[in-house]
Amino acid sequence: MATPAPVQTLDLSARFPGVLNPDTRPGYSGWILDSANLLEFATALRDELGYDYLSSVTAVDYLPDGKMEVVYHLYKTTGGTGVVFKIQVPRADPIEVPSLVSIYPGAELQEREAWDLFGIKFTGHPDLRRILMWEGFAGHPMRKDWREPYFEEEAKPLKSRWPDGKIIMAESKNLYGDNIAYPGGFNPESQTFDPEKALYEALRKYQKDEIGLDTDHILVNMGPQHPSTHGVFRVAVMLDGEKIVNLKPVMGYLHRNHEKIGERNTFIMNMPYTDRLDYLSSMSNNFGYALAVEKLMNIKPTERAEYIRVMMAEMTRIANHLMAIGALLNDLGAYFTPMLYALEERELLLDIFEGVAGSRMMCNYFRFGGIARDLPEGMFQKIKDLFFERLPRKIDEIDRFLSENEIIRSRGIGQGVLTAEDAVKYSTAGPLLRASGIPYDVRRAEPYSIYDRFEFDVVVRTNGDIYDRLMVRFDEIRQSIRIVQQAVKQLPDGPVMALKPMYQVRVPPGEAYGRVEGPKGELGFYVVSNGKPTPWRYHVRAPSFINLTAFGPICIGQKVADVVAVLGSIDIVLGEVDR
Amino acid sequence: MESNELNSPDYDIPPELQAQVAITSLDKLYNWGRSASVWPLMFGLACCAIEMICAAASRFDIARFGMEIMRPSPRQSDLMIISGTVTKKMVPIIVRLYNQMPEPKYVLAMGACASGGGPFKEGYNVVSGVDKFIPVDVYVPGCPPTPQALLNGLMKIQEKIKGESIKTARWYKKGPDMAEIPVPILGPDLIDPRKIALIQHGEKN
Repeated sequence: MATPAPVQTLDLSARFPGVLNPDTRPGYSGWILDSANLLEFATALRDELGYDYLSSVTAVDYLPDGKMEVVYHLYKTTGGTGVVFKIQVPRADPIEVPSLVSIYPGAELQEREAWDLFGIKFTGHPDLRRILMWEGFAGHPMRKDWREPYFEEEAKPLKSRWPDGKIIMAESKNLYGDNIAYPGGFNPESQTFDPEKALYEALRKYQKDEIGLDTDHILVNMGPQHPSTHGVFRVAVMLDGEKIVNLKPVMGYLHRNHEKIGERNTFIMNMPYTDRLDYLSSMSNNFGYALAVEKLMNIKPTERAEYIRVMMAEMTRIANHLMAIGALLNDLGAYFTPMLYALEERELLLDIFEGVAGSRMMCNYFRFGGIARDLPEGMFQKIKDLFFERLPRKIDEIDRFLSENEIIRSRGIGQGVLTAEDAVKYSTAGPLLRASGIPYDVRRAEPYSIYDRFEFDVVVRTNGDIYDRLMVRFDEIRQSIRIVQQAVKQLPDGPVMALKPMYQVRVPPGEAYGRVEGPKGELGFYVVSNGKPTPWRYHVRAPSFINLTAFGPICIGQKVADVVAVLGSIDIVLGEVDR
Repeated sequence: MESNELNSPDYDIPPELQAQVAITSLDKLYNWGRSASVWPLMFGLACCAIEMICAAASRFDIARFGMEIMRPSPRQSDLMIISGTVTKKMVPIIVRLYNQMPEPKYVLAMGACASGGGPFKEGYNVVSGVDKFIPVDVYVPGCPPTPQALLNGLMKIQEKIKGESIKTARWYKKGPDMAEIPVPILGPDLIDPRKIALIQHGEKN
């Protein structure tokens, strides 16, 4: 399990005397520094100490202390434990923190999110607009003193649902009978504001091509309803003829307020919500959240539970990659036929999930200290048959059909290239990073659970183009099959829960960052507890969201028809992008 | 469909013609054709969309109901499957898509979120059910509903179509066309144009 090692304590305070103060709050780790020193410190971390990968930027609103805190998690792409540091600023508008985009461009979307939800102004950010909500929305919803229209109480379980049968509908408490609220004195007829204006202004900022003909550039909106955006995602593109000169992803059309709801829920109530983040790989999401909270509670799951967890997480990876391959082929024009092959195998994996967890997609299978229930009768044999007989053969078959195909090769090879340097710079993760030649996999870089017991290769390809991203997924499926095969052979007997089942877990105060290698990349859960039954902060470092930072830079210079292919090769899931 | 299934009862057809001739009502023929060629809008919102894709794939095979032709354009589709959470940022687009669909059109709310907000109902960006904005014909419960449940919902749509009559269908009625639904506006919060008076009144209180 990933715990910030004491090694960094020696390293950093000697290197930066007077700049760093250790975070001494009980249960916390890392460093607190002054915002004036941030840029200098971050530059030194990157250039001198090799922390080249900015994993996560997020904010926490410590309302009782009158402070707003920005938390940074950095890692080395060569592996090992990370470094955590925090900036604390007084909670009085305007809240300003220097932007890290100039040093770590991967912070771009994350800082925009912190501005949108917390109202922290990142000075020096090149494009600080709202990202999940629309421009003009009243307030910054993740602040602790901002209340949603259906607000009932600070924490669940809500008293309005108890005793049994007493249910007060949220609508009945709202003035409009609906999930809306307006600032005082608001007159809707005077509403003339255009929420899209800022986006179009940002799109018009690009380097003009001086040599080319003096032609008008065209602005094209793709989505949110578009067959190849994998959900309700929107891409605004500025075109010079067919060439892309600027591209902005627009998201938030599926912003379901996971984090705000998560802070009202008790810890265990969040487990089913994590299923709905990346709804193609719910078991991995469960895994990350369970790791984070177990770290806070300082417990370890039982042996058998660890093995079953790993098996389920790897099956999820296979199911997700099958879907990703099918969807990418859809985007490349092979409409639905490759998808049928992929879905055929995915259905078999979903049968296993349905057998163990009771639901095909929303498994809700992990618990703090283990898993919800043991494998049902006959399931072990089913897994064995699938992973030793059918699946390896079928994956080779799909691979044979697709990877030598002329159209796929000509549309994939050399298109949508992301260099290794850029991939690290933009904090991309998962297959996107590994297709660019960086062998970074959390399972190997900082092994969690029992991944250090298995033999598997970290898949890597070097060209960083669309074709390599496709091939990385095939290879990863094969590695996952290997891991499941080993786990099947080693699976011990025993209980699957370390604690006795309880209605509410007791989580000591502190912070924890649990990260797993999800199918789409590094999935992190930053959880802050203040000893109450509900988390004080529940943040998801969503890989597909942060991978989108690289989407614009990959596409600029490409033809407009490649946008869908690049997007398909990044493999996003909107539930996780927007959360 | 069997040839005698289309027949209206009480008409004697000579035995030698029974396989070739059917005597039926216009309604029955019209609804038979419509119900077996419902084209859904290719439009996925969230988790439920994945189960919708699974329903279209080989195991569940939506093509058995004549619904496999998913149209990416609302102008060519008959059925809108609201497959997922409807957010405030998305609802103007959904209403616009609905307005762009030609009559006859049907709406199926798939899953808890589309039907009533589901687990995310309390969220500040979530609309508690798409039926606050557009009329819904069939609700399918579940989170997400399994493909079987979706297929059951689609069969309910077919049942509904079979019960309609060409004489009373709203899209052949004279008079003003089906009024377009006013598209919500994004302001400090979501503004439904039909509620402007209420919002103004509400502020005076």
